[in-house]
Amino acid sequence: MKKYSQRLKHSLTSYCLLIAGLGIITACVDEDPGPDLEKTGDFSIEFDTIVGEETFGLAPRQYTNAKGETFSIKLLQYFISNIKLYTESGEEYVVPQEESYFLVQAEDRSTRFTKVRVPEGDYTKISFVLGVDSLRNTMPVERRPGVLSFDPDQGHEGGGMYWGWNSGYIFLKFEGTCDLISDDQQGDPTGNKQFKYHIGGYGGYSAPTLNNIKEITMDLNQGGIAQVREGLRSNVHLFVDVMKVFNGQHTFSIPEHPNVMFSDYSVNIANNFPEMFTHDHTENFTKGEDEL
Amino acid sequence: MEIINRSKRILHLLPVVVLLVVLAVACHSGNEEPELFHGFIQPEGFPETSYDFSRNEVTKDGFELGKKLFFEPRLSRNNTIACGSCHIQSAAFTHHGHDVSHGIDDRLGIRNPMPIMNMAWSDEFFWDGGVFDLDLAAVNAITSPVEMDENVPNVLKKLREHPEYPALFKKAFGSGEITDARFFMALSQYMLMAVSDNSAYDKFRRNEVGAAFTENQLAGYQVFLKNCAACHSEPLLTDQSYRNNGLAPNHVDDRGRFEVTLNEADNYKFKVPSLRNWQYTGPYMHDGRFLTLNRVIEHYRSGMIDSETLDPIFRNKDGTIGVKMTDTEKDNLIEFLATLNDRDFVTNPLLAEPAINSPYTQ
Repeated sequence: MKKYSQRLKHSLTSYCLLIAGLGIITACVDEDPGPDLEKTGDFSIEFDTIVGEETFGLAPRQYTNAKGETFSIKLLQYFISNIKLYTESGEEYVVPQEESYFLVQAEDRSTRFTKVRVPEGDYTKISFVLGVDSLRNTMPVERRPGVLSFDPDQGHEGGGMYWGWNSGYIFLKFEGTCDLISDDQQGDPTGNKQFKYHIGGYGGYSAPTLNNIKEITMDLNQGGIAQVREGLRSNVHLFVDVMKVFNGQHTFSIPEHPNVMFSDYSVNIANNFPEMFTHDHTENFTKGEDEL
Repeated sequence: MEIINRSKRILHLLPVVVLLVVLAVACHSGNEEPELFHGFIQPEGFPETSYDFSRNEVTKDGFELGKKLFFEPRLSRNNTIACGSCHIQSAAFTHHGHDVSHGIDDRLGIRNPMPIMNMAWSDEFFWDGGVFDLDLAAVNAITSPVEMDENVPNVLKKLREHPEYPALFKKAFGSGEITDARFFMALSQYMLMAVSDNSAYDKFRRNEVGAAFTENQLAGYQVFLKNCAACHSEPLLTDQSYRNNGLAPNHVDDRGRFEVTLNEADNYKFKVPSLRNWQYTGPYMHDGRFLTLNRVIEHYRSGMIDSETLDPIFRNKDGTIGVKMTDTEKDNLIEFLATLNDRDFVTNPLLAEPAINSPYTQ
């Protein structure tokens, strides 16, 4: 009898443990079964424009840079391409290049997400290119689809992100006004006090020249890793601080350099670009854009 | 009486009827002119093409569309300037008589338009080589504020709204969709067909019957081989390199190839232009500063300006710069150079502007 009751007690304990165990497993299934590499989920990087410690706004809104120069913004747009994601263990997922070109236009909030599909995973690091890689810059016209095309409906804003005279994409275009700009040839001879920064240069076709392509890597551990799961959207929310164009590692004065396009000086400005990007937070397991 | 009168009237009309029939037959046979389009043909003795025809084969419909686009003023902001406005066939597709190009709203550029000729063998385009793909060459002219001052998406919109273009794109590419790639490729098809390979020099080169050079031309050819052919290499008569040929910098301080590479070593270097069809392509040099062939030759003989990037080929052992030749050598050289003009090219009806004298009026 004693033997039996002991045995019963034993098996009861086992059952309890089993049930408890099952419970835990079930709970895990309900919350997150862990990544399944066979499945894909939605992933986006959000390029949320800010200006220093203020929100972004076009002219007539005014801002002041580190040199104390007041300016207004008329246009800011840039290409993002070649998105890659990395897991903690160092595995890399490269988004197929054809699907990896985006034109972010600060004045059009709908363009701030770079939406792609990637395998399920817990990604702790991402990287992307600010600009267009050199290979795509030299590809034949039929291999420049979407935002890279001159199409009026889906192309790069009136064809404005391309140098026709020196074949190549403009990576970042930033235009505005600053009252300190002179009216002579050094400034803006039209008298409209405009500054124009058209930064590009992929390294040259047959002779080496400027290479202003910037690959930017963001560690997500601090602000939250990206957990990509099927049927759900993971969104890495970045702040893009335009002020850093002026106030990065190379601080410059707007009236001293009101127009920078394809020239050696553009390297200084391009070197400020990586500092523009900071990871603020990550939104995981969302059902769609409304929740972001 | 009535009947006789009527038959008389018919008899009177008879010659008119005969004439009409004859005219109809004549017109009909006029429509059966020999076909001018035979696709792209590799000329004898020319190098392999740089253009990749495997991704854009020249077809009759693609070529015809390209030709219509080439002469289409809708490519410019206010629909006034076509490619053909500054690239005129009789001037070997240059802007004859203009030192620098003369574009929209009478604005002037800073460079002399280069001929559109033998483009299939060009690796890079324009005086500074800033464009490396013929398909993208049109973007330069379309977007230049002093040329067409337009943008490509807007051109595509105008073409999409045009009553004829969707059908022409369909004919050329299988569907009426007007994409940027198709637009560029059609233009390229037209430009690729602008082949100049039938000058007296070409006939001489091919050993054709009756194509022998005169004694002076032969002597001039030797002068050319000795003094010019290193850069103006045969048979395209350019080696496509960028060189500083000792021109004094102009008032806008155009630094040529430097603007593209930002490399000081490329200062004041410009593409070596082909000597083919020089008779039709004046004025000469990147800014059209020289009006005559004589002035060009005199520049090399005695007018060169020394500078850091002056091409070393012009430096003589005695420390002087320039190309040395006697007056007789110069005269013979000019006689040889005259053989480089290809009249068939500048009068080729296949390339002619539609509506004027091409049988291919759309």
